[in-house]
Amino acid sequence: MTVQPSGGGQLYGTVGTAGSSSTTNLGDILERVLDKGLVIAGDIQVNLLDIELLTIKLRLVIASLDTAREVGINWWENDPWLSADASRRAEGRELRGADGQNGQLEDENQRLKERIRELESGRNQLESGRKRRER
Amino acid sequence: MNGDLGVWAYAITEDDGDHDISWLTGVAGATVRATRAGNLTVLVSDVDLAEFGEVALRRNLEDLTWLETVARAHHQVIDAVSRLFPLLPMRLATVYTSDASMASVLGAHREQLLDALRRVGGRVEWGVKAYAVPEAEQENAVSVESAAAESADRGAGLAYLKRRKAQLSASEKSWRSALIGARAVHAHLSGLAAATKLHPPQSPQLSGNQRPMMLNAAYLLDADAGTGFASQVAAAADAHHELELDLTGPWPPYSFTADDGEEGPPPAGQGA
Repeated sequence: MTVQPSGGGQLYGTVGTAGSSSTTNLGDILERVLDKGLVIAGDIQVNLLDIELLTIKLRLVIASLDTAREVGINWWENDPWLSADASRRAEGRELRGADGQNGQLEDENQRLKERIRELESGRNQLESGRKRRER
Repeated sequence: MNGDLGVWAYAITEDDGDHDISWLTGVAGATVRATRAGNLTVLVSDVDLAEFGEVALRRNLEDLTWLETVARAHHQVIDAVSRLFPLLPMRLATVYTSDASMASVLGAHREQLLDALRRVGGRVEWGVKAYAVPEAEQENAVSVESAAAESADRGAGLAYLKRRKAQLSASEKSWRSALIGARAVHAHLSGLAAATKLHPPQSPQLSGNQRPMMLNAAYLLDADAGTGFASQVAAAADAHHELELDLTGPWPPYSFTADDGEEGPPPAGQGA
């Protein structure tokens, strides 16, 4: 195996231009500027709260997906914040739920109830006929 | 300054700021300037509160494209200046309403800041990630197929089961040996560092590597120790075929601004 300096991974002294950071892995940067770094309250207090929330989200993303999958936690595939696809799917579900799928289920439920009533009344007629013949 | 501008802080230093940093561009393309806060110097730039104020930040931080641009700009300033003098990087989005307001907040933390600056002492941070290499891909790998081939004449079904069992135990074995290897590498590299910090392993999405990450560590090193450290990492990579090692750096000492000792969570997988 080889050591793979990546992005900002040039040896010390060879990186002189600030532009080199544009190739550095975004995950590595976010991990450091959001989760590490000196925390001193700013005047704009709400941003610290927001960043804490954001940090939690990122930490969830950072946590090993493989490990999460092994125990069946694949929430990220359904979290609209993390996945545009999931967001679109969620919207689709809401639409179907509102005036599509639920309505269909209710219709089907109603049809089945009616069918059961028909069958039961048919059976009652058969049974009463049999009883009459037995007498 | 007027009411529409805020002060975005990048880093704190004891240096008197007598360096030309006028060429530096910060977040939103703003010029970076040095301002005094007591006997500390803070690198800041002026930002429009319409974009970086309370309400706007709440919205913008949820926008990953915006976040990436701002995070890179923030990092770029800290990275460039850290090559000029020792500093403490500040967390993203530390915004004040004025220089005076910032000076009074920092003044209240003066001792803590000076302690942190001395602890970091102009050192730099190197990142090492270790990924588990499946045994089949290791250079000295023993073929799983050959073990199963012996039983091929006893029927395809049995052969399949044997092969499957061999694959599963090989994958478990390579996972376990990667974990042991990652701990050994971390123990060795820790011995070379002034301080260490373990980060949570990154997901393949974030790391861009499909192999499971077993170690995500930061090491605080003297500025001139980088080459020696890199060769130690290279030697570790040669000695551990079960691992793929990824070295990044030098970073400004982001991971070492807080005085929480050298303790951290154990490498990935322990106790799982």
